[in-house]
Amino acid sequence: MNAPSSTLPSAAPPAKGRGAHIIAVTSGKGGVGKTFISANLSAALARLGHRVLVVDADLGLANLDVVLNLQPKTTLHDVFSGKASLDAALLPAPGGFDVLLAGSGLVEYSRLTPEVREQLVQVLHSVRPRYDHVLIDTGAGISDVVLHAVSLADDVLIVATPEPTSLADAYATIKVLAMQQGRRNMLITVNQVSRNGEGRGVAQQLQTVVDRFVKLPDNQAVKLRYVGEIPSDKTVREAVQRRQLLMQTFPGCSAAQAITQVATKVEEAIRA
Amino acid sequence: MNQLLPASSDPAWQLDEADKGLPEPLTRVHSGELQLHQALQLLSRAGLALPAEAAPGSDRWMQALVDALCTLSSSDPLTGLVNRRLFEAALDGEVDRVARSGETALLLLADIDHFKRINDTYGHSAGDLVIQAVGRSLLQCVRPMDTVARIGGEEFAIVLPNCPPAFARTVAERIRSHIEHLAIPVSPAQALSVSISIGGAFAPQWVRSSRQFWYERADQLLYQAKTGGRNRACLENPAVSEVSTEERELLFSVPPAAEPNESQMPS
Repeated sequence: MNAPSSTLPSAAPPAKGRGAHIIAVTSGKGGVGKTFISANLSAALARLGHRVLVVDADLGLANLDVVLNLQPKTTLHDVFSGKASLDAALLPAPGGFDVLLAGSGLVEYSRLTPEVREQLVQVLHSVRPRYDHVLIDTGAGISDVVLHAVSLADDVLIVATPEPTSLADAYATIKVLAMQQGRRNMLITVNQVSRNGEGRGVAQQLQTVVDRFVKLPDNQAVKLRYVGEIPSDKTVREAVQRRQLLMQTFPGCSAAQAITQVATKVEEAIRA
Repeated sequence: MNQLLPASSDPAWQLDEADKGLPEPLTRVHSGELQLHQALQLLSRAGLALPAEAAPGSDRWMQALVDALCTLSSSDPLTGLVNRRLFEAALDGEVDRVARSGETALLLLADIDHFKRINDTYGHSAGDLVIQAVGRSLLQCVRPMDTVARIGGEEFAIVLPNCPPAFARTVAERIRSHIEHLAIPVSPAQALSVSISIGGAFAPQWVRSSRQFWYERADQLLYQAKTGGRNRACLENPAVSEVSTEERELLFSVPPAAEPNESQMPS
């Protein structure tokens, strides 16, 4: 039997307060626009004058490259396996930010092993001094890899939609993050809303259930901080199909404006 | 799965017979190339009998030989329980199964308290008897489908597939109490009693976990049980990712106010 070492259950996150603010974007359910939001939110943050990096931590089922129409020659996989330097894997994306792509189909990384855990920590530690914001686009579900990626972030942004399955999965994610990682503050944005104010209602409903059922040992409250909604907009589908950033292709559309607002709110929240 | 080696050794396969009975084609392997002789010797020592009616060298005999070698390589010689090698394979298998089935599985790690004292006070053979007795008791406390392994000196592991969180405490407590009440004879005049500490962790009910992390979490809880005073079971909180019917109902209920109250939702 071993005494638990200080590196367990997750390796120490990079020292906070130095360099980039790390935000994990996660959702529970897949297909709610998590990667779409990571990419476009990064473009919005870049437009606000920040140096932004998106790390695709959906190891095994990565699709940030698909969303951005990039065919990376060098991926996180090459960095992990020592085939390439980190610098070679940091690629400029169309929206004025950088990406670190996982590369699809890396089944060997779809399980969290101590090696993968350590490598993710190393990578984040190295990129942190170079950026103002690092967004971690996590995989769907509440896997060990996702939980680990989130544990390395300063803040977590939950992406939900008003759809019941998404709501339940977002709630499960919030609960796990609160109870397992002791997170008391989480950001939430609601995607694909069909009417004004629907997002705030969804967030509030989640807060109500959290207040009732999520109990932390010291009775401290878990607070969701609502950072805005993104309306269902045919421009989104259009941009996704063209594999272009909404922020570039349809910068004036309501969804793009909403994402800019979310970016501003996220900034306010992490400064608070 | 539980007990791989028979408790009493009464080998039907005798080495002398093996020497005489081997057909011509097997003399080559018998001469050392496949270390057949050594293998048979090991099996004989372990009390693993090859079927007497199978002719040496026949397909059936070879199959029995391979089966027996597999059994031998996955069992712990002292207790007859599953050894660490098979235990790890069982954990891997269970992680995969849970990811598909969603049934909760429980891993318990159990460690005999103050075992060194027993060895130091009563000798190593007494220590061995204690380990064997604890191993037997663990088997009695669990279902046939559970895997009981000896994974270290005085450390045992039990993998319990399809074990709902609500039952976990009962199982762990039953095991702890059972061991506590054992009288283990170590000499004609002396019986010892021991206690165990138990740490328990559930297989994550979500996909893509790994054996290492499951084991680490159980090990941390075993450490808690030890530092908390021993002779106790520490189990982690059941998987929190489950959303209860009550939670679901509240989540999907229509918010009381049609227009959400701005003051309640900071932004």
